[in-house]
Amino acid sequence: MLPLIGILVVIVGFALRVNPLTVVTAAALVTGLAAHRSPVEVIAAFGKAFVDSRSVPVVWLALPVIGLLESAGLKERARMVISRIHAATTGRLLLAYLALRQLTSALGLTSLGGHPQMVRPLVAPMAEAAAENRFGELPERTRFRIRAHAAAVDNIGLFFGEDIFIAIGSILLIRGFLEQSGYHVEPASLAAWAIPTAVCAFIIHGTRLVLLDRSLEAEAKRAERPRE
Amino acid sequence: MITFEFVNVLMGLMMAGVAIVNLRDRTSVKRYNNAAFWGLYAVTFLAGSYLSNFINGLVVIAMVLVMAIGKLGGPPPEASTRAQREASAVKWGNRLFIPALTIPAVTLLGTLTLKRFSINGAPLVDARQVTLISLGLATIVALIVGMLMLRPPLRAPMVEARRLMDAVSWAAVLPQMLAALGAMFALAGVGPVVAGIIERWIPLHTALAVVATYTIGMALFTIIMGNAFAAFPVMTAGIGLPLIVHQFGGNVVIMAAIGMVSGFCGTLMTPMAANFNIVPVALLELPDENAVIKVQIPTGILLLAANTAIMYAFVFR
Repeated sequence: MLPLIGILVVIVGFALRVNPLTVVTAAALVTGLAAHRSPVEVIAAFGKAFVDSRSVPVVWLALPVIGLLESAGLKERARMVISRIHAATTGRLLLAYLALRQLTSALGLTSLGGHPQMVRPLVAPMAEAAAENRFGELPERTRFRIRAHAAAVDNIGLFFGEDIFIAIGSILLIRGFLEQSGYHVEPASLAAWAIPTAVCAFIIHGTRLVLLDRSLEAEAKRAERPRE
Repeated sequence: MITFEFVNVLMGLMMAGVAIVNLRDRTSVKRYNNAAFWGLYAVTFLAGSYLSNFINGLVVIAMVLVMAIGKLGGPPPEASTRAQREASAVKWGNRLFIPALTIPAVTLLGTLTLKRFSINGAPLVDARQVTLISLGLATIVALIVGMLMLRPPLRAPMVEARRLMDAVSWAAVLPQMLAALGAMFALAGVGPVVAGIIERWIPLHTALAVVATYTIGMALFTIIMGNAFAAFPVMTAGIGLPLIVHQFGGNVVIMAAIGMVSGFCGTLMTPMAANFNIVPVALLELPDENAVIKVQIPTGILLLAANTAIMYAFVFR
């Protein structure tokens, strides 16, 4: 049971609202100590694990150019484009992005989306602008809700699209693991069996996006009433 | 040959730039703390491959201590007003999208073509890292396009990078730290212990119970670990292969494919998957840390139920 002490640290730390970076660092060090290693060995293993994971934060490289474009009005431009399309609603726009994200991820083009490159500068401002077109100035709470939905669509489109591509990490992991366990499987058949779930994801989340439009409309009406 | 070290150098230079802009900002109260945090982070990129593991570990711990004890300052206010940006947006029009879309376009192009080039028989890029190297190159190309188009002062990209990095703050490092935690979990053998607990406590007499335990277990274990990749080997070795495949005669391909996406349902519902669920909260300036997770939970639960039904319907045929 001792190896699980790191999980306990994470759960307790998150529950007490300690800074997550502090909690995770502490959990990593405690887990190492629980594996009966000396403190020097634990710090070395932790340093190696951190340095070996340097490919994780690579998306931040987009920030200098994204920041530059933002100061030149990129978000404002994204809003202007949407305000000209009268058929655009928040739900429909996010539905279109969901379909696009799933399809491109299924073709292995996972780097076409992402929160720093696409959602912050383009998708979120467009989704907000679509709601502003219909309901005027939005309360802050609604604005935050739309942004959270924009971030969620990027995740859901990625997760339930990428598995259909045969050379993606998860398919390679499944194949490698099963190979070690004595089963030879074809990547293409694994990818094919990811399709039913991808379709379900689109139906389930797509329905929720249509409902989001209705809920935004109801919210706008409620907000109007007291003024009359 | 261009290896992943190229990307490390780019990241290191950018983080060093962010540290320097912070250091020179006399208006910032926490400028020394922010400069130390990003400066130490830059060291892990620029020197991480050459320092000993122990020294790297100390550098990372120092970084976290600076944040935990000294605290980090927030981003500076935006230099331009909304009216200025709107005027600029009208002036530049849709051309503003060109540098932004250059990033995915060049990444794609590089991923598809760079592997084919070689110099004197040696490959131009490390084929295993071609996507990340292409992404690194793409950000440079996009920055050059943006600079030529907008002609801002030369320090502008770093000033803007600093504004955005300080907005995201420590959350920028969290995904990497969670990956490191995953490696430490593997070292301590956390996976087999969890699988043992599940096997001991859950009655697995019917095919449906086994399938549901596997899919829900994948999701729950992913919620704890923050990563379906960590959950898959444990749950599949513990429940998938011995029970679904051996005992009940299920199809190994269907079990594995749908098991993995069941784990992805868990990814939608956990703060441990920080790069998907916590980083956007910081990037989109949302006050509620769990705002994105709350939106994703209904889809996560419904889709997990759908996965369980799909697997039960097809895996035993």
